[in-house]
Amino acid sequence: MKKLPLWADLVLVPLISIVLAALISALVILAIGGDPVEAVSVMFEGALGSPYGWGYTLYYTTSFIFTGLAVTVAYHASQFNIGAEGQAQLGGLGVALVCLALPWPHWALALPAAMVGAALFGAAWAAIPAWLAAKRGSHIVITTIMFNYIAYSLLQYLLVTVLRPAGQMDPATARFPSGASLPTFHDIPGLSGIFSPSVPANISFFVAIIACVAVWVLLWKTRLGYQIRAFGKNEQAADYAGISRTKVIVISMLISGALAGLMSINNVMGEAERLLQNSAEGAGFIGIAVALMGRNHPLGVFLAAFLFGFLYQGGAEMGLWTDIPIELRLLLQGLVVLFTGALDEMVRMMITPFFRRKEAR
Amino acid sequence: MNNTTQSQTRRHSAASSSSQGAAKAPAIELRKICKSFGTVRANKDISIKVQPGTIHGIIGENGAGKSTLMSILYGFYKADSGEILINGRETIIPDSQAAIRAGIGMVFQHFKLVPNFSVVENVILGAEDGRLLRPSIAKARRELKRLAQEYEMDVDPDETVENLSVGHQQRVEILKALYRQADILILDEPTGVLTPAEADHLFRILDFLRAEGKTIILITHKLREIMEITDTVSVMRRGEMTATVTTSQTSPQALAELMVGREVLLNVEKTKAKPGAEILQIKDLRVWNDEKVERLKGIDLTIRSGEILGIAGVSGNGQTELLEVLGGYRTGRGTITVNGKTLDLSGRSDAQSRRHDGIAHVPEDRHHHGLILDFPAWENFIFGYHNAPEYQKNTVLMDNAGIVRATEEAMQRFDVRPPIPALAAKNFSGGNQQKIVLAREIERNPAVLLIGQPTRGVDIGAIEFIHKRIIELRDAGAAILLVSVELDEIRALSDRIAVMFDGEIMGERLPEDTDEKDLGLLMAGMRDRNRVADEETPNDYNDPRDDNDDDGADGGDAGGEGE
Repeated sequence: MKKLPLWADLVLVPLISIVLAALISALVILAIGGDPVEAVSVMFEGALGSPYGWGYTLYYTTSFIFTGLAVTVAYHASQFNIGAEGQAQLGGLGVALVCLALPWPHWALALPAAMVGAALFGAAWAAIPAWLAAKRGSHIVITTIMFNYIAYSLLQYLLVTVLRPAGQMDPATARFPSGASLPTFHDIPGLSGIFSPSVPANISFFVAIIACVAVWVLLWKTRLGYQIRAFGKNEQAADYAGISRTKVIVISMLISGALAGLMSINNVMGEAERLLQNSAEGAGFIGIAVALMGRNHPLGVFLAAFLFGFLYQGGAEMGLWTDIPIELRLLLQGLVVLFTGALDEMVRMMITPFFRRKEAR
Repeated sequence: MNNTTQSQTRRHSAASSSSQGAAKAPAIELRKICKSFGTVRANKDISIKVQPGTIHGIIGENGAGKSTLMSILYGFYKADSGEILINGRETIIPDSQAAIRAGIGMVFQHFKLVPNFSVVENVILGAEDGRLLRPSIAKARRELKRLAQEYEMDVDPDETVENLSVGHQQRVEILKALYRQADILILDEPTGVLTPAEADHLFRILDFLRAEGKTIILITHKLREIMEITDTVSVMRRGEMTATVTTSQTSPQALAELMVGREVLLNVEKTKAKPGAEILQIKDLRVWNDEKVERLKGIDLTIRSGEILGIAGVSGNGQTELLEVLGGYRTGRGTITVNGKTLDLSGRSDAQSRRHDGIAHVPEDRHHHGLILDFPAWENFIFGYHNAPEYQKNTVLMDNAGIVRATEEAMQRFDVRPPIPALAAKNFSGGNQQKIVLAREIERNPAVLLIGQPTRGVDIGAIEFIHKRIIELRDAGAAILLVSVELDEIRALSDRIAVMFDGEIMGERLPEDTDEKDLGLLMAGMRDRNRVADEETPNDYNDPRDDNDDDGADGGDAGGEGE
């Protein structure tokens, strides 16, 4: 593949991909009799036009950062973790068990404990596929996707028969104690004037940013990260260097599962304040797209998570305020994934001649 | 001998005919061929004339543009500009089908044969006459018999290709081209996979073909082959054709100079080894591959400090397995001791523990094992030694800045060009990549250095440098195990030579007591020249090994199983 300048690779290619996805979406909107210009303006207005919109966009962004990082860490060990969804649901179970275990006096105590619970449960859910991949050579894609279904069924069973308080109608846990309630943006000094109490974005957004930095340090500044990346690039060379296959696969998948699980401090602890069925709501799968689009770099993941947060919130607003059905949001997301992930090379090929000509001159 | 004189005379006649026969159109003429890949100009204004009925050598370092030029001629690439004339007529070759129609046949370095097809099926593949195979197979069989007789290419048309030796497979490739009525034959590095005896046979075949009036282009980086067989030789350097000369009027030194642009030493300067104590002892080492096939069948070797033991052999006879089990990433049975410490061969130890035991390893395949091509040079510089305390800043973080500095210094010492630690390994040339690996392994001052194919894909200037460094490490007291398929390299560097064939050591020789023919026989699996084929008297060929063992401190009787 011909080389593009770094900025083109990191900025231009994703940007063109998004524009192409948007153009096709516009054609679809036209075809079903909608107005694409109106759709775009409603999306921007709804997602970024008000503190309320930002509150939701950043809430979604937070979840997507965690799952995107989860996929990223596994990817660097050449493990394609499709199971962030299941790991996030198990993380939710961990959060719920921690939050319901004690009458927490203050969120500052509850949050670290819940993070430990979320990370442990998420990691545990990734552990079995990881071990099978490392020791038995099972394909990680197959096993993690199966574990998504097992997670779904397990949580359904637990929520219906074990965790549901007697007399409650819906399959969910009891509400978490108020001491475990995380501060939303409205509760944070300095932001309280901007955001209303109703926005779901909460302090986990900052935890997510810290996680981005932590993953960056892990992958590029530590021995473990070095070994993970070396193994991911070249397994044979890792053998030669004495980098243990089992260790790298298992540890990277445990970290990946823990990051996916950590997502639950945002949606379960920060927003719902109880554990519901299907708590992850597909964020685990969006994490794959986020990691792909973010080039498996924490900074890219942050930006891509924000884009998907925007699409999520903007799409919801579009469904609400225009005649365009909300399902079109899925179409738009799908196209973005298609273009940034699968058709990435096509876009690259399209723009390469322009750069070559420039160099020739 | 007879054969050499024969080719000598023919070469002279061909050379003289080409100088006077200007009226005869060249078989191939290339005019100002240019080809770029992105910013890399692989071929710059290449013009060349190949006279019919001659063998024309094209020599150059790796990456000089030889293969690109031939790929243009065979229709794999399209030249950016320039003309191709075949027998004086301008010809456009958009694909390999057109090349075949123009009478050009190509024998690739990596054969393009279907292993589970018979010879005749492979030959007609793509050249079937009709819908039914039977008539074309019958025709091809007749034709093959004729060609085989004419050119001394005895290949059974009905043998399955995977059962043939590499040399025979190559003959099938040549037959394929001849069956398609090729008048011009291009051979890309044809002897890379052959034993010396097989290479001799190939040259004999080429001689016959030349006598028949075929035109042959021989691409190689081996000066000896050029001198032995070609009539004319063109030298390529960095995408340019630097010279075309008559072979009889040049010398290997002159060609080497043209290849690298400066004079090079083809001989390694080294003093006599002063072997010390036994460092590495291998006894009855047996290794099975992933398919449970025994690849090492009881290897016994000893290397002393300050000594280079060269393992000669055609690749694929167990050398790779030997290096891997010593390097700690393949399991085996037997005993290996380093400085008296017995290594674990069961798989509980790994390449990390080998490094702790003082074994450094320059792997045979630097792209698959020695380097992470996407990593920058500095990350490759610590590969395998990433746990070393001097590379850590604290318990959590690595000392990346310090590693970059150390890499930069090492790059200066090993003359790695460009000396930029942040440049990805894949962006260095083969020779510079190898220098990065060598710097990493040699600078640890290992007790034992395993080194596989030290100069594969490395240009001549770097070869000289690498050989010097290996000798320096030897003189500093390391025990060095050298594996190479280049006999010249083995003979130049080694203090002792062991020849491997089919997982066994066929014999040991001192470089001054042996010649190419002797080694070639051992490499082909013939244990000893004056030995009868019986298995009853193994001591005959164990002699040199016994001598070495007797000198050893513990007087091990590794060769004693014959008693």
